[in-house]
Amino acid sequence: MIAQAIADGILTGAIIALGAIGVTFTLGIMRFANFAHGELLTWGAYTALIVVAFAGPGTPTGPLSFGWQLLGAALVAAAMTGLAAWAIDALVFRRLRRRGAMPLTMVFAAFGAALVMRHLIVLVWGHESRYYTRELQIAVELLPGVRVLPDQLFILGLALAAMLALHVFLTRSRTGMAMRAMAESPVLAQVCGVEVDGVVRLTWIISGALAALAGVFTGLTPQIHPEIGFNLLLSLFAAAILGGTGSLAGAVAGGFLVGLAESLALLVVSPGYKGAMPFLLLLAILVMRPQGIFGDRA
Amino acid sequence: MISYLVFFACVVLILGLLTLGLNLQWGFTGLFNAGVVGFYAIGAYTHAILTAAPQPQYLGNLGLPWIVGVLAAMAATALAGWLIGLVTIRLRGDYLAIATFGVAVSIQLVALNWEPLTGGPQGLTRIAKPLARLFETPFAFNLWFLGLMIVIMAAVYWALDRILMSPWGRVLKAIREDETAAVALGKSARRFRLEAFVLGSTLMGLAGALYVSFIGFVSPFDFLPIVTFQVWAMLIVGGSGNNRGALLGALVVWAIWAGSGVAVAKLVPPSRAAQGAAIQVILIGLLLMLALLFRPRGLIGEAAVVSRHVND
Repeated sequence: MIAQAIADGILTGAIIALGAIGVTFTLGIMRFANFAHGELLTWGAYTALIVVAFAGPGTPTGPLSFGWQLLGAALVAAAMTGLAAWAIDALVFRRLRRRGAMPLTMVFAAFGAALVMRHLIVLVWGHESRYYTRELQIAVELLPGVRVLPDQLFILGLALAAMLALHVFLTRSRTGMAMRAMAESPVLAQVCGVEVDGVVRLTWIISGALAALAGVFTGLTPQIHPEIGFNLLLSLFAAAILGGTGSLAGAVAGGFLVGLAESLALLVVSPGYKGAMPFLLLLAILVMRPQGIFGDRA
Repeated sequence: MISYLVFFACVVLILGLLTLGLNLQWGFTGLFNAGVVGFYAIGAYTHAILTAAPQPQYLGNLGLPWIVGVLAAMAATALAGWLIGLVTIRLRGDYLAIATFGVAVSIQLVALNWEPLTGGPQGLTRIAKPLARLFETPFAFNLWFLGLMIVIMAAVYWALDRILMSPWGRVLKAIREDETAAVALGKSARRFRLEAFVLGSTLMGLAGALYVSFIGFVSPFDFLPIVTFQVWAMLIVGGSGNNRGALLGALVVWAIWAGSGVAVAKLVPPSRAAQGAAIQVILIGLLLMLALLFRPRGLIGEAAVVSRHVND
């Protein structure tokens, strides 16, 4: 039981981590809590659905329930959602920033953006659940008593690869260093000649792209509906704050911890209260260690 | 048409109470409560559980009189606001927003899942309405309820006005504008914030109790996070930091919501009801963003206050 819960927790943790990276970047670099971030996951999931509608999910490859077409769809969704995130910034958030609006005004704007984004999806697709593929899969027994779907293992590998790629980018490239500098101290970064607009644009594109991957992966296990992103929002915030804002490693560790905590909590509380778990975790962190487990700033 | 206007006015006044509660917290004190609907739900459910007609399968449903339900709803929300405030009030702006958002999500889950007390997804029915026996038609009752709402609103508005002009109210603004300066003058920012948070939550609880005693039943699906965003839209469109602005915002946003609902019902076939409702929400979201971009002070913003001794 516990081993299975840990395995499930790691799998959802990977998805939460992918989404939380964007949340932690907006908190660290743009300095506001983006309540619309969950909708980027949803947009990613539905963009991939459009591609799958045209290209099909592909013939099942090996033990997986989909073929290379779905991977292509996920990449297209990542690119499109990255651009969408940047476009929303240009339409709304950048204008407010230019006017010198305070960070909390950005949060109000994010409320508005979230309502519009989520309900545009409802407008086009309605509330019904949708699937990328109807193929059935057989769970493999990884360890005695621990069963996972091949799809889930594949997703975990892909998520880890995306995180590793981002880590290399942030630590090895000049642009990546500029992003980290902005997260540390925007003023100091500007003094050092960091081009702020470029960093902000890149932050949105990366956040949107990772959110889209998280959305597609959520949709693969097993269904897509207009609330998939919004329902994860609290978990994403919990993971980002748990890890300490602005830190990639923190968001990843936070994501896995939140995933594990949610999954283990189901052993003792009824599934109806699952949605409250990230909140209780969040409250415990905020009260005991507001800078996050890995953060060093208050 | 008249009966619809009466109904509409009652709902606007109830939402106006919610917006006034939020205005006290955000507009005057700078507390970012993103869990408005949670406090609204506590008030609504407290009233419902205490006053609904007794039924054996429920723990609550005590069948108590209307006024007991309303007062208990306010007390319960005040207590909840105090407990939640104790833990969260020291958090900085957007962290407070995230925490209170989580509070509201959790409260809604309790309402949805604790069936013996809350009725679960079915909710509770036959909730006490004020003096309902005296009125034969629903229209007569709604008319009486509107009169009652006007009296309650006038009393709340007048009381808030007095409170905000009092030294206590001026300290709230001082903390919002410059916490360090206010603390240097010996004011406990934490205590004043907590008091404003509790008072604002109490108003939201009152609104919840009035809402369920107006419609006569309570359902967990009336307390989804979207209500919080609607109330925020009302405050920002109307003008935060100004109680007249908050009420105007409640009127304008609800008029757009209800008006677009009527238009959608006429133009969109019933099989596409979900899409029609989505259009309504999109309009509210757009309105919120447009207000922030083009009229950040709202329709009636906060009036500049200058000391009356300035010309002495």
